[in-house]
Amino acid sequence: MADPILEVRDIRVEYPTPEGPARAVDRVSFAIHPGEFLGIVGESGCGKSTLLFAITQLLTPPARLAGGAVVFKGQNLVQLAEGALRTVRWRDYSVVMQSAMNALNPVKTVAAQYADAMRAHGYADRAAIRARSREVLSLVGIDSVHLNSFPHQLSGGMRQRVMIAMALLLSPELIVMDEPTSALDVVAQRSLMVQIKALQRSLGFAVIFVTHDMSLVGHFSDRLAVMYAGVIVEIGPTRRIFDSPGHPYTQGLLESFPSVYGPKIPLKGIPGAPPNMVMLPTGCRFHPRCAKVMERCSIDPPELYEAEDLSVRCFLREAAHVRCA
Amino acid sequence: MSAAREGESRGNRNQAGALLEAVALTRHFRIGGLFGRTLHAVDDVDLTLNAREIVALVGESGSGKSTVARLFAMVFRPTAGDIRFRGRSLREIRSRRDILAYRGQVPMVFQDPFSSLNPVHTIGYALDRGLKLHRPSLSRAEREAEAIRVLDSVGLSPGRRMLERYPHELSGGQRQRVGFARALSCHPKVVLADEPVSMLDVSIRIGLLNLMAQLCESEGLSFLYITHDIASARYVAHRVVVMYAGQVVESGPTEEVLHRPVHPYTRLLLSAVPDPRAELNIAATDLGEPPRVVEPGEGCRFRWRCPLAISICAVVTPRLRPASPGHDGACHVTVGQAAPAA
Repeated sequence: MADPILEVRDIRVEYPTPEGPARAVDRVSFAIHPGEFLGIVGESGCGKSTLLFAITQLLTPPARLAGGAVVFKGQNLVQLAEGALRTVRWRDYSVVMQSAMNALNPVKTVAAQYADAMRAHGYADRAAIRARSREVLSLVGIDSVHLNSFPHQLSGGMRQRVMIAMALLLSPELIVMDEPTSALDVVAQRSLMVQIKALQRSLGFAVIFVTHDMSLVGHFSDRLAVMYAGVIVEIGPTRRIFDSPGHPYTQGLLESFPSVYGPKIPLKGIPGAPPNMVMLPTGCRFHPRCAKVMERCSIDPPELYEAEDLSVRCFLREAAHVRCA
Repeated sequence: MSAAREGESRGNRNQAGALLEAVALTRHFRIGGLFGRTLHAVDDVDLTLNAREIVALVGESGSGKSTVARLFAMVFRPTAGDIRFRGRSLREIRSRRDILAYRGQVPMVFQDPFSSLNPVHTIGYALDRGLKLHRPSLSRAEREAEAIRVLDSVGLSPGRRMLERYPHELSGGQRQRVGFARALSCHPKVVLADEPVSMLDVSIRIGLLNLMAQLCESEGLSFLYITHDIASARYVAHRVVVMYAGQVVESGPTEEVLHRPVHPYTRLLLSAVPDPRAELNIAATDLGEPPRVVEPGEGCRFRWRCPLAISICAVVTPRLRPASPGHDGACHVTVGQAAPAA
């Protein structure tokens, strides 16, 4: 397989609090290859958005990168100066934020915002900028008359499409998306997901897609990372995780959303609530809510055990890991 | 025939045992100042809630489902049509005492548990205030006992310890349970639950849906469960009512509507539900653009997005007609011919 386009190594992000530092992201590592679609799922407060900001070097105080490296196309982004970062951003990787209404400038037309991004990266020819703007809008299926529209004149689904088109302006190799569909209705959501996937196939960029809704990425992502309380608890091929999840948390999540098809079965969800990030449980962070908790779970923190093509942070997978090694 | 009389005759056709019913319920809002246009938030909606029944009102944002809840909660007054609670029209409820009594029996649980509880007061205070207002005959000790009872009944036990906690000490799921406890404290008959789980994490949601089902079973409560999530509607609701652009497009027993949807919009909604256990329907091309509800005019409001639209759809607004017993759809194409003469 080709070299990964992005390698995240041991990323740690902390927020200072009166009770001591809250480690929102703790030693997260993964790699993503060119053209790959990686889904990152987790509940609110699990650190998935913080991780995304750490990858894109957009963390703002009080959040602090406490360690780790983000190697993008051979360059460690963490060590880059702001000026050097600015040339890489948007040209090589771009970001689609959760709320398009907040991410777009309300007093500028779509065309003006596109032109801003392109000029910042050295494009000066107005006709070329206009042509590229039309081109990306047509890629997401929006008529180019909307180049002269202001964000408030567009529907929620169109705004998100405008954002995605903006992310495509400079043909980046990686697009990082933070819940781009969560403000949309199901029909608009599905149509946007299908479109993102089609664009990804035809243009060949890689995607990191963060969402709280595991069912959403089921059909779209190649690999899936499940986060809980700041750590990755499971990572592997999407289909594999849906068919036979390894971590009790993933199993619980999959048993938490009712289906519109098949027999109606009573569901239990997962008891309790995610932990306070300042006072994390000892040992495995999921053990107070875990249905398969064992004695050692409250004492030792489990590693990510790799077996077959799945890595799972659970002692139950340790034996399989040893057998494979 | 005047709208009021028409409404009356339609209302009489409904079952006698209806606990809460809307008849030809309509709410318009004037927008746009001088050249005022009218936004048709809710148009001609019939909806019945029987005792011990969970009815899911499903629709996308802007479909008017929250406006229906607010009309039921007497936050808005209807532009036309009527709401009846145990046979009595809400138009007759005018005095402060009657309004209080009604709101106690038909309380609302809100979507956002982070803004629906006052952060500077304890949970005990939040419950006590409702009890003081709605059940003034209770003594202080009785109010406290009652608060503990309802907290226990929504799974926040021990309730006594919960009383001194502040909202910020609770998780989202716990706060939403406080919302349910507050609704329960007034001995309600019907709870209006407006997207009660959509702000919660997936792993927490199912617990609250189970709580609703359990309260329906054990306390004999009815729920109007408003949601955009048709899968969760299936999980708890006995009947489903689908709204589009302010109108009911389909209603019926949950399994019947989900397995044999008659309205093209219901079919579209169902096909869009993200479910990794089902096949992905890539062929669909609908972009999910919102409907026009400002001066919508005559004709079916779904016709611009409808794959089945025919010429009559642009001229005549389809009315709800039975597709099978208890299962109604408002579509000229799918339930047009089979319908008996009105």
